[in-house]
Amino acid sequence: MQQSRTDILRAYRQMRMIREFEEKLHIENRSGEIAGFTHLYAGQEAIAVGICEHLTDRDYISSTHRGHGHCIAKGCDPRLMMHEIYGRADGLCKGRGGSMHIADIDKGMLGANGIVGGGPPIAVGAALTCLARGDGSVSVSFGGGGSSNQGTVFEAMNMAVVLKLPKIFVFELNGYSEHTGETYMIGSDIVQRTEGFGLPVFQADGFDYFSVHQAMADALEHVRAGKGPCALVAEATRYFGHFEGDPQNYRAKDEVKGLRETRDALLHFRARVTEAGPLDAAELDAIDSEVAAFIEDCVTSAKAGPTPGPEVMLADVYADYQDKP
Amino acid sequence: MTVKSVRDALNEALFQEMRRDPSVIVMGEDVSGGAGGSSGSRDAAGGIFGVTKGLITEFGEHRVIDTPISESAIIGLANGAALTGMRPVAELMFADFVGVAMDQIYNQLAKFRYMFGGKAKAPVVVRMSMGAGMNAGAQHSQTIYSMLSAVPGLKVVVPSNPADAKGMLAAAIRDDDPVIFLEHKALYSTKGEVPDGEYIAPLHGANLVQSGKDATVVTLGRMVPFSQKASAKLAEEGITFDLIDLRSTSPIDEELILESLSLTGRLVVVDESNPMCSIASEIAAIAAEKGFSSLRGPVIRVTAPHTPVPFARELERMYVPGPDRIAAAIRKAVKGE
Ligand SMILES: Cc1ncc(C[n+]2csc(CCOP(=O)(O)OP(=O)(O)O)c2C)c(N)n1
Ligand SMILES: [Mg+2]
Repeated sequence: MQQSRTDILRAYRQMRMIREFEEKLHIENRSGEIAGFTHLYAGQEAIAVGICEHLTDRDYISSTHRGHGHCIAKGCDPRLMMHEIYGRADGLCKGRGGSMHIADIDKGMLGANGIVGGGPPIAVGAALTCLARGDGSVSVSFGGGGSSNQGTVFEAMNMAVVLKLPKIFVFELNGYSEHTGETYMIGSDIVQRTEGFGLPVFQADGFDYFSVHQAMADALEHVRAGKGPCALVAEATRYFGHFEGDPQNYRAKDEVKGLRETRDALLHFRARVTEAGPLDAAELDAIDSEVAAFIEDCVTSAKAGPTPGPEVMLADVYADYQDKP
Repeated sequence: MTVKSVRDALNEALFQEMRRDPSVIVMGEDVSGGAGGSSGSRDAAGGIFGVTKGLITEFGEHRVIDTPISESAIIGLANGAALTGMRPVAELMFADFVGVAMDQIYNQLAKFRYMFGGKAKAPVVVRMSMGAGMNAGAQHSQTIYSMLSAVPGLKVVVPSNPADAKGMLAAAIRDDDPVIFLEHKALYSTKGEVPDGEYIAPLHGANLVQSGKDATVVTLGRMVPFSQKASAKLAEEGITFDLIDLRSTSPIDEELILESLSLTGRLVVVDESNPMCSIASEIAAIAAEKGFSSLRGPVIRVTAPHTPVPFARELERMYVPGPDRIAAAIRKAVKGE
């Protein structure tokens, strides 16, 4: 699929934004200032961006515990996300959600999710809205290989097929499900299994933005033609542990190092667009430093952000009343 | 006696029971870890809190079963195995995940013995980590004992110290009924004296942790050490109380509570869960119904607010009843303000 210079620059910037966001969080996490569980998306950028570059605010996504990349790719404000991760009252979810629950409904981002397999059924519901509106919008659920074994995901796939919904199930195979290999727990071939549900599967190289972008174009064509749901399966890796602090005893010592050298979505992208043409390295370098400075600034402002008080804790349980302190 | 953490005490109980009885099996996500990983280690996790560490090395993968992420099928696996003669210990990493497995727990497991005319037994232990304290947010921090204690057929226990952790887990495994075994995640590293060798602690029965004259404080889980902290503050003011660690929320040891109440006349219940339909409410009801004549003032419940567990540090700290709030409530109960 042909993409303009502007498209390509924007895609690169989004991928760099995610990488920088996560690398920075990895460093900041060591200071102990960030509370709770943080699951980083670095290594999988091409998938979130290759898919979300096709979407607008009218389209929906559901995400996972490893949600930062999906959030950024779908248009959530990285600064407000950072404030949320630092638990600030002016964070995207007022400090009540945290890393695992970032959401921005106005952007069509229906939430990261602490429950593996929690997102796909919700995204099926959003697809019902898309169908009812009839405006060509679609709904996409992101999920890891591990999540593909959850009954809720099976139910969601079948429901979407039965109702012929404009719904795309994305499975990101990053090799692991917490401390266990994905191959151990997916008892059969995930592509065949998904096809068995009646979903055509579009496959992509999860390290290659252009491959994912093309697969998503094909998936969208299928869905928008009214043929019902489909799936997109892409392999990548995560550069960090399952969560920050994970000793990664299940992983060979040099696995990540090797992958970083040979399989890096950003390096791959850079090589592709500079060697074959439209961009030169300096333009990308400029994006890199601009994004790095921006993220640095997000962290600085997040650290200085206001802490939430009791009124934040008690509000929004219901629309029309709240408990007294 | 040896000083050990709750984590190690639980681990010891699993070794003890698995060595003793070959029908005891363990199942759950990452209970060993490493399957299909590139390091080759098959004890890469031992459960995400380390409770099942080392089991696979001694007992092998037929008795220490790493499962896919499929909570409903994990409990189903335990249920079917239990009905047919095994003693499964199923782990749901976080108690919040019970939602995914709820049918297997409250429609199936809890009801077998009763529905099947008393002919079936399902000696399943469902271990789960619960509670706030790690800023793990709304879907990884809940205390679900109130909800599960409402289900007839389930026994629900909440050990608060290493000795009970070991003894009650062993007892839960030997028990012929389903036992929901809730481990407070903020207590895993708490240390205390643990009896060496084979050790069983009764599943039923509350524990009088300390005695005093002015009030009866009934609590459980992480609220036990928090109430002890409150006690240290109040002692300086001359206030002392009976501190009762419930240990089990189903059944509830009514006798000990009512006996203490008859001596102190004042009741404070400290419960980390949300207040609606809670264990705190249940104990208040027991006092109102069966201890009314002993009560010299209103029962006070110290609980989390009626909200999900919030993420930010400041919010979680406000959410969880801490020693100061507990002390204030006891002071109010005793002095009437
Ligand atoms: C219902 C439920 N079960 C288990 C977990 C614990 N958990 C969180 S992430 C995860 C592994 C998910 O693996 P995968 O879907 O491959 O996503 P990845 O972490 O690789 O991005 C597990 C088991 C959970 N959060 N929710
Ligand atoms: Mg995975």
